[in-house]
Amino acid sequence: MNGTANTYDLIVIGAGPAGLAAAVEAWNRGLKKILIVERAKEAGGILMQCIHNGFGLHYFKEELTGPEYAERFITMVDKTGIEIKLDTMVLDITSRKQVHMVNTKDGYQILEAKTIVLAMGCRERTRGAIGIPGTRPAGIYTAGTAQRLLNIEGYMPGTRILILGSGDIGLIMARRLTLEGAKVLACVELLPFSGGLTRNIVQCLNDFDIPLYLSHTITEIKGDKRVTGAVVMQLDGSRKPVPGTEMEFDCDTILLSVGLIPENELTKKADIRMDPRTKGAIVYENRETSVPGIFACGNAVHVHDLVDFVTEEGQLAGAGAAAYVQAGTKDGQTVELINGNDVGYTVPQHVRPEQMGDSTGIYFRVKSVHKEPCFISIKSGTAEIARLKRDHMAPGEMERISLTRDQLQNTTGKVSVSIEEGGTK
Amino acid sequence: MKNLICIVCPKGCHLSVDENNDFAVTGNSCKRGETYGKMEVKDPHRIVTSTVAVSGSSYVRCPVKTDRTIPKGLMFEAMRTLDRITIPAPIKPGQIIVSRICNTDANFVATRDIT
Amino acid sequence: MQYDVAVIGCGVVGAAVAYTLSKYKISVIVLEAENDVADISTKANTGILHAGYDPEPGSQMAKLNVDGVRMARELCEKLDVPVIWPGTFVVAFSDAEMQTVKELYDRGVANGIKDMEILDARRVHGMEPNLSPEIKSALFAPTSGVIYPWEYALAFIETAIRNDADLRRNFRVADIIKQEPSGYVLKSVSGELVRAKYVVNAAGLYSDFIHNLVSPPAFKILPARGEYFLLDTTEGNLVKHVIFQCPTDKGKGILVSPTARGNLIVGPNAVPGEKDDVKVTRSGLDYVEEYAKKSVPSLDLRTSIRNFAGVRANNDKNDFIISEAENAKGFIDLAGIKSPGLTSAPAIALECLDLLTKCGLPLEEKKSYVDTRKRIRFSELSVAEKQELVRKSPLYGRVICRCETITEGEIIDALRGPVPPVSVDGVKRRCGTGMGRCQGGFCGPRVMEILINERHISYKDLLKDKTGSFMLTGITKKQEETYEWNR
Repeated sequence: MNGTANTYDLIVIGAGPAGLAAAVEAWNRGLKKILIVERAKEAGGILMQCIHNGFGLHYFKEELTGPEYAERFITMVDKTGIEIKLDTMVLDITSRKQVHMVNTKDGYQILEAKTIVLAMGCRERTRGAIGIPGTRPAGIYTAGTAQRLLNIEGYMPGTRILILGSGDIGLIMARRLTLEGAKVLACVELLPFSGGLTRNIVQCLNDFDIPLYLSHTITEIKGDKRVTGAVVMQLDGSRKPVPGTEMEFDCDTILLSVGLIPENELTKKADIRMDPRTKGAIVYENRETSVPGIFACGNAVHVHDLVDFVTEEGQLAGAGAAAYVQAGTKDGQTVELINGNDVGYTVPQHVRPEQMGDSTGIYFRVKSVHKEPCFISIKSGTAEIARLKRDHMAPGEMERISLTRDQLQNTTGKVSVSIEEGGTK
Repeated sequence: MKNLICIVCPKGCHLSVDENNDFAVTGNSCKRGETYGKMEVKDPHRIVTSTVAVSGSSYVRCPVKTDRTIPKGLMFEAMRTLDRITIPAPIKPGQIIVSRICNTDANFVATRDIT
Repeated sequence: MQYDVAVIGCGVVGAAVAYTLSKYKISVIVLEAENDVADISTKANTGILHAGYDPEPGSQMAKLNVDGVRMARELCEKLDVPVIWPGTFVVAFSDAEMQTVKELYDRGVANGIKDMEILDARRVHGMEPNLSPEIKSALFAPTSGVIYPWEYALAFIETAIRNDADLRRNFRVADIIKQEPSGYVLKSVSGELVRAKYVVNAAGLYSDFIHNLVSPPAFKILPARGEYFLLDTTEGNLVKHVIFQCPTDKGKGILVSPTARGNLIVGPNAVPGEKDDVKVTRSGLDYVEEYAKKSVPSLDLRTSIRNFAGVRANNDKNDFIISEAENAKGFIDLAGIKSPGLTSAPAIALECLDLLTKCGLPLEEKKSYVDTRKRIRFSELSVAEKQELVRKSPLYGRVICRCETITEGEIIDALRGPVPPVSVDGVKRRCGTGMGRCQGGFCGPRVMEILINERHISYKDLLKDKTGSFMLTGITKKQEETYEWNR
């Protein structure tokens, strides 16, 4: 590797759960000059505002709140010699692994690293992106922004709330706002099913008698200076509003929980190849991107449901970075994973059997809800190399399967992941 | 008869619980579901998470949680115990903020470090 | 105290008048009804600086358009206003439209516009590969530009204030009392009074109401709403020029254009409506989409980051209304300044100066006049410049808006400037925070905190934009508000 004495082994961009896990794993595998760069004034990422519990059931076998989960990893980092720069924004990265960053103390710096791990997380989809007609008054917030205002700054964003989107963030905020004294009028969901966990439907909506309207959307926002109301309508099979189903809600706040988008401004600056299905980088089994030595993990690669999987992915990237510094990339076959029937995407998109360990995890999401048992079929050409049964699958629940090096080595180079409906087998 | 969805695993079985028959549960696929259904109708409990005001720090709020479940009916009353109090920094994770919430054995504890 | 001139309205026209007047030893006050400048029609303007082939040759509008677009080049340079000069295409889909294009060309020549061409289909598609294959020809006018219209107004009024003009916001004129032998008393809705010898009516949508306070009704404002999509900067290169379709009786029609800030703007339609109706409608957006895709079939409106609407102050005459009002000596109407009003603004200001002089306003130039304005834009600096800037002033080292790379230093600059923001959108208009992909999701709470701390206000007074647009309704845990301004 080229580099001056000041070159870091690894620079991790983002001190959320993905970045923290990557840094700790790289340290444990022998990298010693590691820097994590974080734009917020503290480490922990989005977890620090996720004050509810439900985190860590898989990884720690305990149910923790967001800040507690983050603290576990921050404590791990504190026990190492890993450097963290807080309140520091990365402005640019190059494929030659230079990282441009700026903060008030150190000024504008250009630092070099032998490897980089991208762990920037994701951002929320906005009103503009979904084009809700009406006026543009104050009182319209994305759920995450409202969560920050409420939990970190201690402000109430409103008193009578309408929530668009039944993903977990919207559901969590429905409960949070109700407990803090607001009236949550309803949760409105475009699709015929909710994207959130059933547990959250029960404990965030049903507990407080907040109605959930499936196959509905907000068709108009009213209010000149501040929201005064919204019109909600039912949707037909082709997602068009059904005339005559207008419901008017007398709200002063609208919370939008309409999706998360991986944050990849920096990824694109380094000319890393992107996957339009995930909106994140195309990655290998060790989370290496199309630029050797630059890795990506966590919500920046694909939006996760469970932070435990984010941690696993961070560890893969950290291990990958350590191996890259110590041994470089091995040559060998690349197996492309193809999305078959009802599979929206897989991460990783490519696997290198010579590079991987004995087995590797493949994450994917299905496109439709399966309430009945079905099968995951892994094929190389027409030959099935693995078949797994699942009792139920849904787009809101990321799936994880494991494939061995043997299974992947003797293939045509293209392996498909498909879903086959029920029956017994 | 109470109808509810089991939340123990993602299967989400539709349970029916008969309050007049010793809270007998039907519709479950496993024992955990039966336990959940019984408890949820007979004596539902919840973990409550919230925040408390902080002084002497650049942070103004510290996240807290109940260190065990409390009866669902006491949630709002429990929230009120966090009103109008200010906890001085530094605060350690696990530090008790409000003890014996509403005469239960549960305490509100801090869930992060505040300096 | 009696001012020499009171300007009613701080849109781009009123601001340009203030700028022009502030060169002379006269006392000027600008009265703005809203809590920020240029917050009605100007801020929702498409921003096109028209070449000038559209207005009728020989008309006042034609002269002021052509003068204005020429003046804009120097003004944007001097006053640091974001502008690009991509040139315009007016595309023709049919033989009839090709005829219209020829007429526009001839009109442009008559109006003195240089370097226009009529392009054939091959050249059209050579220069703009993403245009519809159905396009047969186009008028190409290279001298037109796209400006960030709100900052044009801000630059004018900031410079005017630096040269001793006064600005009073939240002054909504309710009545005007004529004084004898001359002069006016302007009374606000809350009873404040301003006295001035001369008055300039640049009240935009309300210029007919203002006129009618002193003079028999002479014109009517016909508000027409226009709706827009603003697309992500990733789409900013879809077309390189401003792409117009042929004008109809409704106006210049739907355009697709790169913006001065690197986005792609699509719109506007034209729907007659109320003065304060800035709703975006499903039918309006669908209409814009349909017509825009006619020009650029590959337009992907899913990359839209924002929709908005503005209201034009069209009038019932065929031209700008620039004249001394009847029975009102020294009261100059600059009314119904519809398209090409933005382009014409600095030229309209000169016309206004001329009229005021004819009314007796004495003009003596100031000896020391600051005719420049410069703003720090961190994201546009080179690496070396950034390093130097942050070394000198550390607050430029804290990036607040990640999408647009806007620093705390720039926000503080705005707050300490001559026309400080009083709202989150005010910071957005001046600095660019929240204009990017995440539309303020990340920077919003940070900008809110800076506003509360720097302006020493209660959270209750934190506004999104206009008076009454409060953002927060309370503090959690029944806490009293503590004014820790620098936490």
